[in-house]
Amino acid sequence: MGHPIVFLILATVAVFAAIGMLTSRNAVHSALYLVLNFCTVAVFYLVLNAPFISMVQITVYAGAIVVLFLFVIMLLGADQLPKASSNGGLQYILAIFATAGLATALILQLSGFGDGTAKPESALDASPEAIGTLLFQDYVFPFEITSLILLVAMMSLIVFKAQKRKKQDG
Amino acid sequence: MDWTLGTIALRALGVGFLMSFVVITGFAYTTLLERKLLARLQGRVGPERAGYIPLPRKGKKERKLLGGVLQPAADAVKLFFKEDRAPDMVDTVIYNIAPMLTVIPAVLILAVIPWAPTLLKSSPYPYFAIAPGLQVGVLFILAVASIAVYGVALAGWASNSKYAILGGIRATAQMISYELALSLTVLPSVMLAGSMNLNDIVVAQEGLWFFLIQPVATLIFIIGVFAELQRAPFDLLEAEQELSSGYNVEYGSMRFGMFFMAEYMKMISFSAIAAVLFFGGYRGPFVDQVPLLGILYLFGKIFLGLCLMIWVRASMPRLRYDQLMNFGWKILLPLAVLNFVVTAIGIVLHSEGILNLPLPG
Repeated sequence: MGHPIVFLILATVAVFAAIGMLTSRNAVHSALYLVLNFCTVAVFYLVLNAPFISMVQITVYAGAIVVLFLFVIMLLGADQLPKASSNGGLQYILAIFATAGLATALILQLSGFGDGTAKPESALDASPEAIGTLLFQDYVFPFEITSLILLVAMMSLIVFKAQKRKKQDG
Repeated sequence: MDWTLGTIALRALGVGFLMSFVVITGFAYTTLLERKLLARLQGRVGPERAGYIPLPRKGKKERKLLGGVLQPAADAVKLFFKEDRAPDMVDTVIYNIAPMLTVIPAVLILAVIPWAPTLLKSSPYPYFAIAPGLQVGVLFILAVASIAVYGVALAGWASNSKYAILGGIRATAQMISYELALSLTVLPSVMLAGSMNLNDIVVAQEGLWFFLIQPVATLIFIIGVFAELQRAPFDLLEAEQELSSGYNVEYGSMRFGMFFMAEYMKMISFSAIAAVLFFGGYRGPFVDQVPLLGILYLFGKIFLGLCLMIWVRASMPRLRYDQLMNFGWKILLPLAVLNFVVTAIGIVLHSEGILNLPLPG
């Protein structure tokens, strides 16, 4: 897990970026905090000896998804959110309960109370070749199903858009 | 020398500092190269007043030798001493970091470029680069190229100006569109070399440079790079007539200069990537005997790449926005996918012994 100081610095940045993303009232700032968070997570992967996943994390999340977020925010001009509005106490109580439950589950699992499935394997091969073999030989069926689902989602969007356009034209 | 973690870190710092210095100087002179070469292509002289050596001629005016060698320095001094002011309603933090966000990816890419075979006998790495230990160099380049869009997009948004934001949005759309084709043309080289390490790709080109096996990929890559760098004929995010120069319209002084710095540094780093992926990287005659020659060869190839970019800028008119999008999505992307599939099938047929193709390995 690298040097503890490296971990501490990365963890601090990641947590502050996450908090910043949630509390910022400006959508563009939120998106940028999210990018910072993704990049710290990518460095985590690098420290954990998984350079492939690290680079893919940056390319896909920071490079593609948040860029699309930004694009939509800029096009819609939705960068300024109205002042904080909440449904009163209920929302806070629910949020506190959910967080506490998640934290308990994580702590129990990681400290070894469960069946221990969350413990990382000691010598996991994370080289591009190993990941390729896993994806395209051992797990090729789930992989293809996933890509098929994404393809269907993409095509349905195009179909909806085409129908709408036809109605407007006709 | 003993290669502990400390010496490795020191080495990376030293080499990084050296190469960044070389490239920053190189960037300054790339601007001069562009101005001189553009001028020559258009039948002008170009900058010639700053720093020339006067050669006296009989009966005529003196001849100016090396005219303009100090022009980049003069430009830099001018930019630094201009007043640095921002418009009233900008988003201050993002307005200030956006120029840096454009420069950082341009420099970061250089970390994985292999400049030469290993120079020191005792070095633990098989080649000379700032970060030679990274096995996924190709992915690193794609990752850095994919975050390069932030600087331009945020500069446009933070300036709080209609022209700037239109320029920024154009830039974002254009870079997202052409990145796909660009990434797909990087893959054939990876498949041919059987590795994502850039040095392995260079070594695999020992007999045959990949642009001879992959002419289509090379062509698409070069077009994609023009779009990614937003240079002519794809420079319509700074179309002067429509956008009064686009995302950088509200910037002044050295902040404005940094956008140009990023553009020229990216020209250098993408020329280096093209050289590594398709034109044999540091390979050339006698490079195995004298590793230092590798740096010279790579610089020579980068220089040729820069000249090509400037030549294209001088000779091609700017595309319209819909033409650009149609070209990227309907021609370049399918062509890149097709090329990728054909290459994959060819490699399999070759390794099964059915077809005998001139492939490495």
